[in-house]
Amino acid sequence: MLTLAKLNSWYGPAHILFDVGLEVKAGEVVALLGRNGAGKSTTMKSIMGLVDRHQGSLIFRDTDISRLPPFEIARLGLGYVPEDRRIFTDLTVEENLEVGRQAGRSGNAAWSPERIYEIFPNLAEMRRRPAGRMSGGEQQMLTIGRTLMGNPYLVLLDEPSEGIAPKIVEQMADAVTLMKREGVSILLSEQNLPFARLISDRCYILEKGEIQFSGSMEELEARPDLREAYLAL
Amino acid sequence: MELYVVQFLTGLANAASLFLVASGLSLIFGVTRIVNFAHGAFYMLGAYIAYSLTIRWQTPLGFWLALLVAATAVAVVGALLEILLLRRIYHAPELLQLLATFGVTLIVEDAVRLLWGPEDLVGPRAAGLSGAVSVLGRPMPVYDFVLILLGPAVLGLLWLLLHRSRWGLLVRAATQDRDMVSALGVNQKWLFTGVFALGVFLAAFGGGLQIPRDAVSHFMDLSIITEVFVVVVIGGLGSIGGAFLAAVIVSELNAFGILILPSISLVLMFLIMAAVLVLRPWGLLGKPLSRARSMATREAAAWKPLSPAGRSAALAATIGALCLPFMLGDYGVGVASEVMIAIIFAISLQFLMSVGGLDSFGHAAALGLGAYGAALSVQHFGVSMEAAIVIGPLVSAAMAVVAGWFCVRLSNIYFAMLTLAYAQIVWSVAFQWVDVTGGDNGIVGVWPSDWASSPAAFYWLTLAAAVAVVALVRHLTFSPFGYALRALRDSPTRSATIGISRQTIQHIAFVISAFLAGLAGVLFAFLKGSVFPDTLSIASSVDGLIMVLLGGFGTVSGSVIGAIVYKVSSIWLMSNTDFPRLILGSLIALLVVAFPQGIVGTLQIWMMRSRLFAGRPQEGTARLAETGGLS
Repeated sequence: MLTLAKLNSWYGPAHILFDVGLEVKAGEVVALLGRNGAGKSTTMKSIMGLVDRHQGSLIFRDTDISRLPPFEIARLGLGYVPEDRRIFTDLTVEENLEVGRQAGRSGNAAWSPERIYEIFPNLAEMRRRPAGRMSGGEQQMLTIGRTLMGNPYLVLLDEPSEGIAPKIVEQMADAVTLMKREGVSILLSEQNLPFARLISDRCYILEKGEIQFSGSMEELEARPDLREAYLAL
Repeated sequence: MELYVVQFLTGLANAASLFLVASGLSLIFGVTRIVNFAHGAFYMLGAYIAYSLTIRWQTPLGFWLALLVAATAVAVVGALLEILLLRRIYHAPELLQLLATFGVTLIVEDAVRLLWGPEDLVGPRAAGLSGAVSVLGRPMPVYDFVLILLGPAVLGLLWLLLHRSRWGLLVRAATQDRDMVSALGVNQKWLFTGVFALGVFLAAFGGGLQIPRDAVSHFMDLSIITEVFVVVVIGGLGSIGGAFLAAVIVSELNAFGILILPSISLVLMFLIMAAVLVLRPWGLLGKPLSRARSMATREAAAWKPLSPAGRSAALAATIGALCLPFMLGDYGVGVASEVMIAIIFAISLQFLMSVGGLDSFGHAAALGLGAYGAALSVQHFGVSMEAAIVIGPLVSAAMAVVAGWFCVRLSNIYFAMLTLAYAQIVWSVAFQWVDVTGGDNGIVGVWPSDWASSPAAFYWLTLAAAVAVVALVRHLTFSPFGYALRALRDSPTRSATIGISRQTIQHIAFVISAFLAGLAGVLFAFLKGSVFPDTLSIASSVDGLIMVLLGGFGTVSGSVIGAIVYKVSSIWLMSNTDFPRLILGSLIALLVVAFPQGIVGTLQIWMMRSRLFAGRPQEGTARLAETGGLS
């Protein structure tokens, strides 16, 4: 589905990512773990073409996306849920979803506002409300729903559990599991290991812009040293 | 009573055209974050093309068809401009965008002169609507009633377009966060081009609507653009409903201002704008802007006091300048004096902009107040030149104490617009208060004292003033006051946490800058022997901006070079070409796109790079790391 090899990224003169390589297969939920500043968000922004400069190979469904502008990457069926959510606060909930709408794609189910409301029932109750008047957790759901409206094959989920109430985190985990069941592949960036453990098949650990570990969640369980070195606060 | 009703209706009719132009500007700003100075030029172009078509198609249908065809044609021109010019500067600082679109205005002005000639053109009445109806016994043109209905109709159509179409939905989303819209699979480029074309269409249509009411002239652009700026600022940048409300307020204010306070009717509009900006900086129906722009640093290369070599070079240049009168004739020495005055004006603006980060679009106010202050005290109190040289800058500084109090409450584009309003207020006073200022006839007979009356002596006076001002500004830049100012420019919040008061420091900088510009104004008055309202015009403010841009925004005193190059070449252009605006405008646009760092800034960057590759990377890389920054 998505293969990164030797990805290097810069913000201005600052070199952030060093030879990052990772892979997400169809139907998988893959976690990208690491502390604040490890380069998780930069990896996602690089995939979407949103950093100043990057080098390396980015292959999405047999297409080289490393030189494409963000909107063309999105149109290939790669969805992006940014960490800072960036909902359109003046637009209503339903309008936010509509902005994300793209034509259906072969080989995956077409999403509609109604189906989004099935996953996130909270949103259904406030479809005419300006999105600015929602809680952080509800905004997070809306961002995910908005991205799903583009009928993506793969979604980049940047720290969905950050800064939201524990109860909503549980809902979020259910939603991700539901998305996976619908056939959406997911690359998830997380600092919250318990949350990632609930929903992921495999993981990568990123530290100082380099991949330090790759393996299944079970393999990570068996390595307390790794958790100590790269994930503990 | 009848008079007031009729006046009220006329005001409403006037609002239609103003609303169309303002809504276009607001729409464009909302999505692209560009304040399109060329909007007035498109309004004018729309009027000219519609004029040519309406005199051919004099039927009721033909009139409206002419307006639509003209507006469509201009919209195509606008779309081309967006694709060729604006796409390259979406990430440039606001001021560069304002300047580039001002350059386009200059180009269109000369193009119009070239194609339609310099005379005012009187178009036909709208066919079928040329009659009048009686309102309470007074005649009202039927056409005015059409306009009164047209405004709300266009507002309704725009509302439907924005709220009931997918395109409108994307436009509203992009107004909030254009990068996110793009990450959701929308091609921003065409969205921007589409919005720009629609905005330009509205402006050009607004221009066409004026044909039956007013002559078409090549002054239309600047007169409408200032009014439109006032309207969008009062209504709120990016708000269509706000544009409508403000267009009605401003038009009614003009309609009744002329009845009640004819001598200050022009000032009234700007006073309202200033009041709105201070009380509600984002306008009546606008929303506070999210800062989407990256805060690029202003300093092109590390700022340092002059090295010994630099000091020697400056000294050599000064000695060279001292010898100029022995090499040039009287005309040449006169030009050289004008250049020295331009240096003082430019460096005072550079102090405000490059050091203070305060982009003033109305620096002409400071220049003109100095000039008028001196000229009036000579004319009314017969003071000497020496006294006037002190009085002029003090007048300018005193006014800046008042105006600055308002202006420093705002930042960025709103600061630029409020300073523009300030300059326009001063201009209107100079223009309308004929008893004191002589209005358009200006003040004449402002001559220097005997000892300075020869061209060479006066030149040496201006040279001494210029050297002193440049030295003072450099000294201030590297003083604790300058450090505080630069800290505020780069990070207001961090500066606040270490105890720097933003408003106080910036207010002082505003006053110092006005004092120095006032000195330039006094010298200019004595050089020419007269003062005219032109000194206070937008064009005069823009002169200052171009000199700073040309020298380099990111330098301490690059505008010295900018002033020399610009003054000499513009004086040459004025006397040697028929279409100086065409050339000047193209030059500005080219500069903004190709050399946004200016002459001195570009040279500094080249030198820094060559040091970098010559194996002395310490300084260069350290600097690069600072300038690039983590966005």
